[in-house]
This record gives sequence, C-alpha cells and structure tokens, in this order.
Amino acid sequence: MSRHGLLEGEYFMNGDVASAEGAICAGCRFFAGYPITPATEVAERMAERLPEVGGTFIQMEDEIASMAAILGGSWGGAKSMTSTSGPGFSLMMENLGLGAMTETPCVVVNVQRAGPSTGLPTLTAQGDMMQARWGSHGLYGIIALAPSSPQEMFELTIKAFNLSEKYRTPVLIMTDESVGHMSEKVVIPPSNQIEVFDRRKPTVPVSEYLPFKPDADLVPPMGNAGEGYRYHVTGLTHDERGYPDMTAEAQEKLVRRLIDKIELNKDDIIELEEDEIDGADVVVCSYGISARVALLAVKAAREEGIKVGMLRLITAWPFPNNRIKELAGKIKAFVVPELNAGQMALEVERCAGGAAETVLVGHMGGNVHDPQVILKAIRKASK
Amino acid sequence: MNGNHEEVNIEGLLRADRIPHIWCPGCGLGSVLRSFLSALIKSELPLDKVAVVSGIGCTGRTAGYVKLDSFHTTHGRAIPFATGLKLANPELKVIVFSGDGDLSSIGGNHLIHAARRNMDMTIICVNNFTYGMTGGQAAPTTPLNARTSTTPYGNYEIPFNIPYLIAAAGAVYVSRWTAMHVRRLEKSIIEAIHKKGFSFVEAIAPCPTQYGRKNRQATGLTQMNYYRDNSIINHGADPRDVGIELNGPINVGKFVDIDRATFSDLQADILDKAFPPESKPQTETTRT
Ligand SMILES: Cc1ncc(C[n+]2csc(CCOP(=O)(O)OP(=O)(O)O)c2C)c(N)n1
Ligand code: SF4
Repeated sequence: MSRHGLLEGEYFMNGDVASAEGAICAGCRFFAGYPITPATEVAERMAERLPEVGGTFIQMEDEIASMAAILGGSWGGAKSMTSTSGPGFSLMMENLGLGAMTETPCVVVNVQRAGPSTGLPTLTAQGDMMQARWGSHGLYGIIALAPSSPQEMFELTIKAFNLSEKYRTPVLIMTDESVGHMSEKVVIPPSNQIEVFDRRKPTVPVSEYLPFKPDADLVPPMGNAGEGYRYHVTGLTHDERGYPDMTAEAQEKLVRRLIDKIELNKDDIIELEEDEIDGADVVVCSYGISARVALLAVKAAREEGIKVGMLRLITAWPFPNNRIKELAGKIKAFVVPELNAGQMALEVERCAGGAAETVLVGHMGGNVHDPQVILKAIRKASK
Repeated sequence: MNGNHEEVNIEGLLRADRIPHIWCPGCGLGSVLRSFLSALIKSELPLDKVAVVSGIGCTGRTAGYVKLDSFHTTHGRAIPFATGLKLANPELKVIVFSGDGDLSSIGGNHLIHAARRNMDMTIICVNNFTYGMTGGQAAPTTPLNARTSTTPYGNYEIPFNIPYLIAAAGAVYVSRWTAMHVRRLEKSIIEAIHKKGFSFVEAIAPCPTQYGRKNRQATGLTQMNYYRDNSIINHGADPRDVGIELNGPINVGKFVDIDRATFSDLQADILDKAFPPESKPQTETTRT
C-alpha cells in the first residue's frame, strides 16, 4: 500500500472489491449504501477502506436514502458512490432522476442479479440494462459502463468517476453477479499513472456564477456548497441561475441540453472492444459476463471457418448507434447473447435498421449461456 | 449569541428576484420563514457555510427563496440528502426546512434514522396538519375527525405526535411553537441551530386554503386566533403528552434539550482507536 493508503501492484480480488479499489483511486471519498447480494462486498470494502484514506462511509436506512445521500455528498464536494442490485436499483430511480436533473456527478454500481422482484438473489443476470437507460421518469441522458472482469471493474469505476465529473451526470456501472463475485488478478498501477479528472470549477467571480450555464461542451462548471456561491439547486425545471421556470421553453432548453451533453459527446464517451470485425459475416455483440462466454463460441466458430467478429460494449449507454449502423451495411447478421429476454438486442436491431439481421440469444439468468447455444446461433446466422 | 428581540433586516437573505412567492394569502409559511431568517442572522453563523435543504411541498419551496446554498430535492428525501452534504463537508451548518407530510410520511424512515444517529443538523418542520401543495389531503399529522379531501367524512386515522416520535428516536433538541409565536419561534430556532446534534423545531402554521377552509378556520387569521387562544406554554413537558386533537389545546415550548454524542463524534472516537495517530496513513481528499 502506498503512503496515501492507495493500493498498487498485483492483487487477486473479486469484481466488487476491485470496483471499490477503483473508486478509491479515482478519488471517491464518500460512500452511502445498503447491503444487498451480490453487491454487498463493494460496500463492505468501502467501509474498510474509506477511513484509511480520510473518507466517510455510511450505511443508510435504505437505497432511497443512499442515492439521496450521495447526491448531497457530491454537492458537498466529495466524489460519491453507492452500490446495489435490482431491488435497490429500483428504489434509487427517483433520486437518480434528481441527479440527472441537477447535473450531480456520482457513481452507482449495479451488480445485476436475476429478477423481477426478489428473483434469484445470488445468481447472475443482465435484466436491468433498459432500466439503466430509462428507469427514472421523464427525459434525460445517462452513461452506463459494462465491465466484464475484475480488472475492468477497477478500471471502469475510475472511468465512471472521470466521466461523471466531466459531464456532471450520474454514471452507472452495470455489471453482473458473475463478474462481481469472480476473483481474478487485478493490476493496480501507481497512483501517478492513473488519470483522474476532477469537476471543472467556475472561473468567474462568485457574484457572476450561474450554476447551470453551460460551457461550449454543454456542461456547466460546478462550484461546491460552502464556497460562497449561495446557489439554488432544484429538481424543478430551471434556468441557468437554477431558478424554477415553469414553461415549455425552459423545459425544451434544459432537457434538450441534458440529453445533448451526452449524445453530442458520444465520441469521447463510448468505448468498444472489437476483434476480427473486418471481413466478418457475423458480428457477435455482447457485454459483461455474456461477452466472455460468447468469446468461447466465437473461437469455436472461427475454427469451423466461419468469419465472425466480436464487438464488446464497454459503454452500454449512450449506445454506439453509428458503429452498429456502419457494420450493418457490411455483414449478414448480429448475434446478441445477453442474460435477459432482449434489451440491448433491441438497440442493435434498431440501429441495424434491417440492413443486417439481429439474432437475440436470450437467457432468463440464473447462470450464464451454454456457449454451444451461441455457437449454433452463429452458425445459423452465417448461412 | 444575539438572542434579543431586535428586528433584523432579512431582505439580504431572500432572493428578491424570485418574489412574488407562490404561497397563498394568509399562509403561515411567510411568517415561519421570517422567524427562521431572523434567527439565522442572530445566530451569527458564517452564512456562506449554511445550507438549506427542502423536500417537496408548499413548505419545500422555502429552499428556493433563501439566498444561501439551497437544495430543493425530492419528496421526503431532504434528510438523507442533507446527511450526505454534511458528511462530505462537516464545516457546513445544514438546515432542513420542510413540511410535516414530507418529513413524517414519505420521509418518516429517514427522519427517525437521522435522529437515531444524532446526525448534526437542524430540522424545521412546518406542520399545517395537511398536504397543502397537492390540495389538502390527510397527512400523518391530521387530527382525528378533521376533514381533508381524502377524509371527507372525517379522519379516522390516529395522527403522529411528532415531538414524541422524534424524541423517542433520539433527537437532542425538540421544541414546538406556532406561527403566532414569532419571537419564541425565532429564539428556539437560534437554540436549535447552536445545538450540536439532531435538533428539531416543529412550527405549527396556518394553511387556510386547504386545511382551515375544511375545518371551520377559513382564514389565516382565524387559525392564528385559534393558536393564540389554545396554546399552552409547557416547557419540559413529557413529549408523550403533547399530541394535538382537533380544535384542542396546543402544548408549545421546549420539550427536549439533552446532550448525546453525535454520529461524527462516535465515528471519530472509534476510528481514532482503529487508527492511532502514529499509524494513521496520510489522508488526502484531493489528488494531484
Ligand atoms: C414521490 C412523490 N409523491 C407524491 C408527490 C406529490 N406531493 C407533492 S407535495 C406533497 C405533500 C406535501 O405536504 P407537506 O409536506 O405537508 O407540505 P405542505 O405542502 O403542506 O407544505 C405531495 C404528496 C411528489 N411530489 N412526489
Ligand atoms: S396551500 Fe396552504 S400551505 Fe400551501 S401556500 Fe396555500 S395556504 Fe400555504
């Protein structure tokens, strides 16, 4: 451990723990959460680690409170995080919307388990991908990342903090029980080699600061509470001063910007992993644990001589519309394995727009796909 | 501390550019806000370090009128938001200003848990016995038999006695005044603000539009007269005995003023033992 209480070197740890370590490295110093399988280890690790680096951990009375508390923590000036799974994620939705509306940087980790309701509390699924995009009422943009290994839980949690600070938005880590509970080698670089982005502070005098007036990238600089700005922050539709403005014009201006600041900065936000896409007849598009299982099927298909590429969504939201559209014109089909009844597959299908077929390989969760089922789908799609 | 009864000018603490406010004529909120701002000035706190957090409701709109760092959050969630704010920046004095429905119904769970933790913050709960903003439905504070739009034949639910609830949950300071007791309310808010830990002031206030009209107190003035004629100053009363019945007496005063370690005190105690100064890794809150 370094002098600052930050880890560095090689560790064997599970995805949940790696996410907590990523948060610490990214500068997270406030965590509020509520226990739930399979995300509890994130909270437990934060409870142990935050005091070592001068941060604060609190176990709240529920997930509604946890989400509210991290918004407060962020306005108080601390990079803030919570972690949960399905039932808790549902409870967080209203305040997630408050976070989007008030442009509050924060990170929410959802280690997905099988639902609906209590479902299979200890077993894997990917059923909350659409909820991640649309779960809170009304209109907003959101960023969601989908790690598929403990190493990525570490790295993408750092990235999530960086994006949340840069774009002033909640960022979701949408992983799954398999990745959360899987233990693998995690390499933690020295802290001076980790890129950390902090919120852009106002540069104008206190009296001239408008907390919701965006810069050219559509993101307003953010002053923290207690710094003398005496600003007003509300979940009501508001103007650049943060004052409520109950008109369709204000709604159009604000909400359009909330969506655009993510959409128009897609190139900076989206990260994909591509393998042997050039000349492929079939592209397997997947994410999280399903992408790792799909890779076995892809390798087997290649051995049979099928030209199959792999596209892994590291960023689930915003969705890479353009890349899917572009590929659709060149291939026969997309094969989309996911642990749900078709969520990201709908996006792939929408973007492919009929230019390529989209084949969902759905699975209701509880365990991962049998790679043979994916292989069969690849074979069929390649014909 | 300046606890005198001098008039202070509160204009500087109001967002003049947001006036006219949305409150009805005769509403008690203006009066409670005046006592609050006046208390804040007399408390002599550094105002840049004061944050006001509200939930949703007519009372919840208060955050939008005060010229301080102010947060208008979601219905019932002001307290957990305030908890995060305070823990992230312990230098802040965090004051939650919200309605009885917001704090004790949808936010009831957060209310009792913040009191249990003795989280260092001050709560000003404006109790108008109803949900004003949504049109006067029953609240957990609505007295038995009172009429509201969802109890058209009279309320058949037993209400919360909020001071009793909050004292039992662990608050270190609990008082109740009405919008008519301008100065006493102000003085109590000053005390609450200076109290370390979870302090709670209940301010009973008229809602003529939604509550008064349905319960034979059609104007703010009739409601204020009712408070004047029926309030009993009863400092140190057992919170158990201060429940309010329809048209009944209103016990007011300071009911609880005790000392108890706060969340942050206990956190520091335990963590100082876990990390004795010599072994303590260097803390760093911002990275370069
Ligand atoms: C989750 C949610 N449910 C319901 C509402 C509608 N709502 C707005 S204010 C309010 C009641 C407010 O009552 P109270 O806290 O007593 O404040 P008052 O308006 O009386 O000052 C309700 C139910 C809401 N905004 N959010
Ligand atoms: S409805 Fe009642 S509480 Fe709301 S502003 Fe009118 S009088 Fe005040």
